[in-house]
Amino acid sequence: MASPSEVEVFNHALSGIGVDENSLVSILVKSHDEHKKSIRKGCSQLFFEDERQFERWNQTAIKSLKAEFKRFKDVVLLSLMHPWERDARLLNKALKKGPQQYNIIVEIACTRSSDQLLGARKAYHSLFDQSIEEHLASHVKGSERKLLVALVSAYRYEGSKVKEDTAKSEAKALLNAIKDGDKKKVMENDEVVRILTTRSKPHLKEVYQQYKKISGKTIIEDLEVVLLLKETVECLCTPQAYFTRVFDAALRDNANEDAKKALTRLVATQEDEEIKEVAAKFQDKIEERVKGAYKDVLVGVLAKEET
Amino acid sequence: MATIDAPKQVSFQQDAEVLRKACQGWGTDDKAIISVLGHRNAAQRKQIRLAYEQLYQEDLIKRLESELSGDFERAVYRWILEPADRDAVLANVAIKKLSPDNHVIAEISCTRSPEELLAVRRAYQARYKHSLEEDVAAHTKGDIRTLLVALVTAFRYDGEEINTRLANSEAKILHDAVKDKKFNHEEVIRILTTRSKMQLMVTFNRYRDDHDTSVTKHLQGDSGDEFLPVLRTSVRCLNDPKKYFEKVLRNSIRRTGTDEDALTRVIVTRAEKDLKDIKEVYHKRNSVPLDQAVAKDTSGDYKALLLTLLGKQD
Repeated sequence: MASPSEVEVFNHALSGIGVDENSLVSILVKSHDEHKKSIRKGCSQLFFEDERQFERWNQTAIKSLKAEFKRFKDVVLLSLMHPWERDARLLNKALKKGPQQYNIIVEIACTRSSDQLLGARKAYHSLFDQSIEEHLASHVKGSERKLLVALVSAYRYEGSKVKEDTAKSEAKALLNAIKDGDKKKVMENDEVVRILTTRSKPHLKEVYQQYKKISGKTIIEDLEVVLLLKETVECLCTPQAYFTRVFDAALRDNANEDAKKALTRLVATQEDEEIKEVAAKFQDKIEERVKGAYKDVLVGVLAKEET
Repeated sequence: MATIDAPKQVSFQQDAEVLRKACQGWGTDDKAIISVLGHRNAAQRKQIRLAYEQLYQEDLIKRLESELSGDFERAVYRWILEPADRDAVLANVAIKKLSPDNHVIAEISCTRSPEELLAVRRAYQARYKHSLEEDVAAHTKGDIRTLLVALVTAFRYDGEEINTRLANSEAKILHDAVKDKKFNHEEVIRILTTRSKMQLMVTFNRYRDDHDTSVTKHLQGDSGDEFLPVLRTSVRCLNDPKKYFEKVLRNSIRRTGTDEDALTRVIVTRAEKDLKDIKEVYHKRNSVPLDQAVAKDTSGDYKALLLTLLGKQD
């Protein structure tokens, strides 16, 4: 018979992000029929009483466990990939999944350096026998097409030189476009797209500041309704705030699979110092919610000190 | 095939000395400049610059800029630059004109290979502290902006894979767009600015097979704005660059005056690529060799340099 605490341990090993392999192993190795039966009877989240009198695995539980077991494999593969291949694959997957995952396209296009993004585009040729812009342009039909294609095609200047006058007038142009209201119109507005997809990041940070001055609110607040644009501005101007939001969503209590997948993605992007800084604030949450080998990887990678 | 005739063995030091001597004293020995630089390929010219810098602690280009003038100076300046840097300068000149020379932007974007275009974008940033697309976008509007920005930012797949079914469907999209002169710009721009060059060739061929005319002929129309002509330029450059360059040359040597900008640009940028082939196309089309037409329409050192780049033996 399994003791109540063992049932508790079993439940615990499978609830959270990743799985506690060690606990599972130690339970299984000393498990015999009666033992397993009492575990099945004790874990009502995972098993239920079938009408033909046997304890059955809950199908949804199996599905979500599949995802949890897969996490370690995914983080291994993704982390070991060359950054170019990693980003090309992430872009391709997001593209195929559709509008709910377009934020990943925005994230990659906006948080990578100009040369890293270029590398991802090269890898895309090798992996998928077409260019990312070609694939995106023919795949995305909606108002996001303009923005997304332009974002992945950018090769932004990376110097610090910024013209305050231009930043001021561009902040004004953005404000006018946003005031116009209609969500679709803003996303397809020529000036909005031009400014966000061609200007350098330092310049955009200045635009961000100027906007606050003339609007009283930040661009991000004003773009609340146009999610993709909001994320674009976040990633370009306030990446730390963006990553904080992503970590928070992933480690929340009823986080969905897409939100949790973000962890693997962020952890695999090791070269980004900002991600590590943000992750440090979530150490406790990670300790509490993440399990097993997957947790070891997260904690180990994110806690890396300067070598 | 290239036209310029550069010897395999070259002493960069010697060349630098000859150039130094040519710039010293009263006036400049333009012939010496032409006879050295006119017979050196890009890699060699780069080495000569370095040797000159080492020997005389000054930038050869700056020296030449101060010694020379007019069309000759502009041609020498463009010729001596490295290809990517040169294209960046040409693009910037085109953008900054009072009325941007959109055709040049389209020409550069469509006739360079994907890697070459990337190099141009890098060179542009190094020189102008802005990205190429940023400047193009800020100086254009509407459909032209959409077209040109997409062209300069494209990193086309350059493999051999093509999709015939896709070519068929996209040839149809192009036809639907042009036939009612409605020009669904979005789709036309998407296809022209994202598909690989090989894929576009198949698409254009399919178009010709289906409609007995090339898509360029169908893109005529007097919408009055700049968009259609630039679109046509893009298609021509993607479809048959040599034929396109022949036309630019032909137009630049019109009887009423010469467009030195265009003449210099084509000769300087193609001398190490396919100017020989372009000459053949020119000869066939105009019954007169290109060298002859250029000689008739230009003069002095400018003419001498152009003819040297066209392959004239000294």
